[in-house]
Amino acid sequence: MNLELIVESLKLRVRYGAKNLKREVTGGFVGDLLSDVIANSQEGNVWITRQIHQNIIAVASLKEIAGIVLVQGSEPAAETLARAEQEGIPLLVSDLPGFEVAGRIYKMLNP
Amino acid sequence: MSEETKYDGHFAVEGGNFRNAGQVSSRIKNILKDLGCDSDMVRRAAIVTYEAEINIVSYARKGLIHLRAKPDSVRIEISDEGPGIADIELAMQEGYSTASPIVREMGFGAGMGLANMKRFSDNFSITSRVNEGTQVVMQIDQVH
Repeated sequence: MNLELIVESLKLRVRYGAKNLKREVTGGFVGDLLSDVIANSQEGNVWITRQIHQNIIAVASLKEIAGIVLVQGSEPAAETLARAEQEGIPLLVSDLPGFEVAGRIYKMLNP
Repeated sequence: MSEETKYDGHFAVEGGNFRNAGQVSSRIKNILKDLGCDSDMVRRAAIVTYEAEINIVSYARKGLIHLRAKPDSVRIEISDEGPGIADIELAMQEGYSTASPIVREMGFGAGMGLANMKRFSDNFSITSRVNEGTQVVMQIDQVH
């Protein structure tokens, strides 16, 4: 399943990366501790988080994350958006809480 | 198996600069990829280098990362100038951290850094002197 289907189904707001949504999603990872994400996320995962600062882009780029979903309506910091553009990492926003975002994406990936 | 060195280089990391945190690990990952290193080796090298880089940024004044890549192994040496670690055994425990509240709010300082560096390397050693600095040597071998 590609990221675009998830964006459409969850009505995610695309803050950056409209052109990078064709990427295949391998699974998801939920976490706000960067060491946890670095150690345990997998290439092609959607990363669900509340962190909005620019370091999330470095982590996502290093782990080749398919896209980041910021939950509970959290908007990315300006530098985060700039970094996302540099690295080509889709940055998406949902008004839903993390639990619901994770549940819905899980269901889509494991019907 | 060939023992020739494919890459040998140093990278400086500035303490306290969270803005650029992750840039050195990203460069190292790309270098190893370009060398055609095994993907699992590249993945693990990226993880341990990122953790080392974040530790330098979070705690030290400055640090140096030395990367040496051979066809079937990568050696990463970290040395920093900083506060050092008084109790290494305690610092190695997952969950133990002396990070400031600001660093923790950003999602760093979870006390997983050194543990991750050990977990993802095949050989790990650490030495430290209080008020001088810390050295970490890690080796990552190709699995197959």
